[in-house]
Amino acid sequence: MHPIIKLVSQRLALGFLLLFGASALIFGLTEALPGDAAQAVLGQSATPEALANLREEMGLNRPALTRYFEWLGGIVQGDLGQSLTNKLDIAESIGKRLGNTLFLASVAAVVSVPLAIFLGLLAVRFQNRWPDKLISAITLTTVSVPEFLIGYVLIYFISVKLGWFSSLAMVNDSMSFGQKLYAVALPAFVLTLVVLAQMMRMTRAAILNLMQSAYIETAELKGLSTFQVIARHAFPNAISPIVNVVMLNLAYLVVGVVVVEVVFVYPGMGQYLVDAVTKRDVPVVLACGVVFAAVYIGLNMVADIVSILANPRLRHPK
Amino acid sequence: MSDDILLKVRDLKIGATVYPPGEKPHDIEIVHGVSFDLERGKVLGLIGESGAGKSTIGLASMAYGRGGVEITGGEVWVNGRDILKSPHSDVRKLRGGEVTYVSQSAAASFNPAKKIMDQVVEAAVEQKKFSRKEAEGRARELFAKLGLPDPDNIGDRYPHQVSGGQLQRCMTALALCPEPDLVVFDEPTTALDVTTQIDVLMAIKEAIADTGVAALYITHDLAVVAQVSDDIMVLRMGDTVEYGSTDQIINNPQEEYTQALVSVRSIEHEEKQPTQEPVLSVDGITARYKGLNFDVLHNVNVELHPGQTLAIVGESGSGKSTLARVITGLLPPRDGEITFAGRKLSPDLKGRTREDLRELQMIYQMADVAMNPRQTVGTIIGRPLEFYFNMRGSEKRKRIVELLDEIELGEKFIDRYPAELSGGQKQRVCIARSLAAKPKMIICDEVTSALDPLVADGILKLLLDLQKIEDVAYLFITHDLATVRAISDSIAVMYQGRVARYGSKSHVLTPPFDDYTDLLLSSVPEMHLGWLEEVVAHRKMESAGN
Repeated sequence: MHPIIKLVSQRLALGFLLLFGASALIFGLTEALPGDAAQAVLGQSATPEALANLREEMGLNRPALTRYFEWLGGIVQGDLGQSLTNKLDIAESIGKRLGNTLFLASVAAVVSVPLAIFLGLLAVRFQNRWPDKLISAITLTTVSVPEFLIGYVLIYFISVKLGWFSSLAMVNDSMSFGQKLYAVALPAFVLTLVVLAQMMRMTRAAILNLMQSAYIETAELKGLSTFQVIARHAFPNAISPIVNVVMLNLAYLVVGVVVVEVVFVYPGMGQYLVDAVTKRDVPVVLACGVVFAAVYIGLNMVADIVSILANPRLRHPK
Repeated sequence: MSDDILLKVRDLKIGATVYPPGEKPHDIEIVHGVSFDLERGKVLGLIGESGAGKSTIGLASMAYGRGGVEITGGEVWVNGRDILKSPHSDVRKLRGGEVTYVSQSAAASFNPAKKIMDQVVEAAVEQKKFSRKEAEGRARELFAKLGLPDPDNIGDRYPHQVSGGQLQRCMTALALCPEPDLVVFDEPTTALDVTTQIDVLMAIKEAIADTGVAALYITHDLAVVAQVSDDIMVLRMGDTVEYGSTDQIINNPQEEYTQALVSVRSIEHEEKQPTQEPVLSVDGITARYKGLNFDVLHNVNVELHPGQTLAIVGESGSGKSTLARVITGLLPPRDGEITFAGRKLSPDLKGRTREDLRELQMIYQMADVAMNPRQTVGTIIGRPLEFYFNMRGSEKRKRIVELLDEIELGEKFIDRYPAELSGGQKQRVCIARSLAAKPKMIICDEVTSALDPLVADGILKLLLDLQKIEDVAYLFITHDLATVRAISDSIAVMYQGRVARYGSKSHVLTPPFDDYTDLLLSSVPEMHLGWLEEVVAHRKMESAGN
């Protein structure tokens, strides 16, 4: 068997194993919390009898392990259960909101990933000269300021003072793609500022690390320009570390958007999760946790696989 | 006649910034005003030990300074213009167009992520010397001319898919592809095995003759440079020692330093006869690495007698270092056993006693990575004294000083750090550290390979002297036959995991030889003109006779 197929299938198997572990952890943690779904539905003043009846009805008296596997079985079949508060099917609610979150994250990613890599290459080209220092200063500043602050500052100046964008990033199905883009422009911009620094600095560090290599000297002695040397000879060897940090940041874009979504009242996963937590809607929290875990593990798995594919020694064995 | 001068260097001065430990960074001069001329189609050999500035001078002919190195003065004229005063765009055209470079390690100098062909034609295409298609055709011709297998398709491979010797030839093709006027060869065969070196050397020499390109040939090996160059410049510490025709430098050297280089490796060592019980006997060792499905050692049997030296000689992949790993217990063998000082050694390191460890010491090729850079020489040598003999305080210090005297460094080195020592001094400290354990036997793994010839000579003399004083046996692993001649009492020639020839030095080095030993011995460059042609012609005759 080709070593690539073996390595990739190992990664895939490991990914599923991790996801299984994550689901157990999420379930176990919500179990360990005081109170349960029955308590949440009936409130603090419920009588013990009413609680017992409801627990019986909801099947909460059965062992945790049985309920875990029932829940897991449901997830595998696409059934995430029902929300406690509005009795709606969770899968359906999540589907729409996950779509929105992914849309926002993709817009931010499409802008930030190429920009970060280009800035990283530029920083290497002008290493320790003013463009490098300026790029580092700006990206480090934006990553150091909390995203909600950037969000509110932008809302104040751009939405309120200038009126260019709405402060509410509302999207719905009736909007065209262009209208949606316009609506998410501000939150996507905030997210870009947040993830830019790490990707740019990792690109810079990974490439600088390679610039001492003998093959870089060979390329320089071929009379190539510095930028050709960096882009043609250093970058292909830096793909693996760069992809890893890019995927971590993409995962952050999906999982970490909670704050930005709340600031811009964007109807995505973050808002949904925050609502569910405040209402103690345990099944929704569980479902959101599993979806986030799946996104995180999935993206990191992609990073691993791309790293394997980027290695010429694995791609073309002797 | 001045039209024939391709490269004219006048009073070239090169400087660098150094960062010594505990001192302020400051500028030093590493090349102090070197001048020479190179005519079209001629080869000039630059020779010297490390630190002589030979690579730096070679790169200066491309107006390039490696790392923090900067050209501080003088003139470098290529094709009638001073490239040190030319604009950067012109220098870029020169690099990869008019002047190209072949480095010591092709393995490191090829980009691992790109196909060989893409890298070989890149400069020619980039400098608009040829179209991509023309350049590829030229590259295939060069691959064939350089004796590479499957020249039409080898370019589609990645660097890791061809051998070191093949990659070195690809690097030569890379340098010749743009049809340059000058090629700088920087130790192009140093990293290769001798039997491979001879082929690459011949390929380079023929390619130079066929294309009429001029070359700067940089090496530390006078015997090699004597085969390829028309003139030779001997450099030392950034100064010209002697500059003349190859014939004059080899056969009639004027300067004392050149004479030393020519006569290096003149150690006389009388072979000792095996008398007593062997200190080490290796019986029927067969070994393989975990995860491999073939053996790397097959039924190896050798003996080493007390106070004597057994040289294990072979090329890369012959299994000589694996044998050392088996003897030290790092790699338990699949079959066979090792008897040391009259007792059977546990195959596994964990099963060995402290006494086993003490009596069997090791010295490595890379002295600088074998020492903790944050420990002083005194701490490094003192550690085995504490560990094995419980020495403390003044007793320990006295012994350390004794050892420092034995390795001819002296007490003043006791508080120095490894970074403050030269390569030869570092290796001496490593020798003292292993002697501190009062071993019966020391495994020396390529201990002189990373050193300059004169320094290596000093280390070999020291090892021989110490052997007389301490009565220690050496298992001397090397690929260098000159070293073997200098130091050994008995020799085992290894080839593909087997002992191809074994016995006393005089037996192994006296004909009739087996095929491999013959090939190996005849591949060692000899310091006379025309040696390369003689060997190649001899081999052609033999293969025609068969």
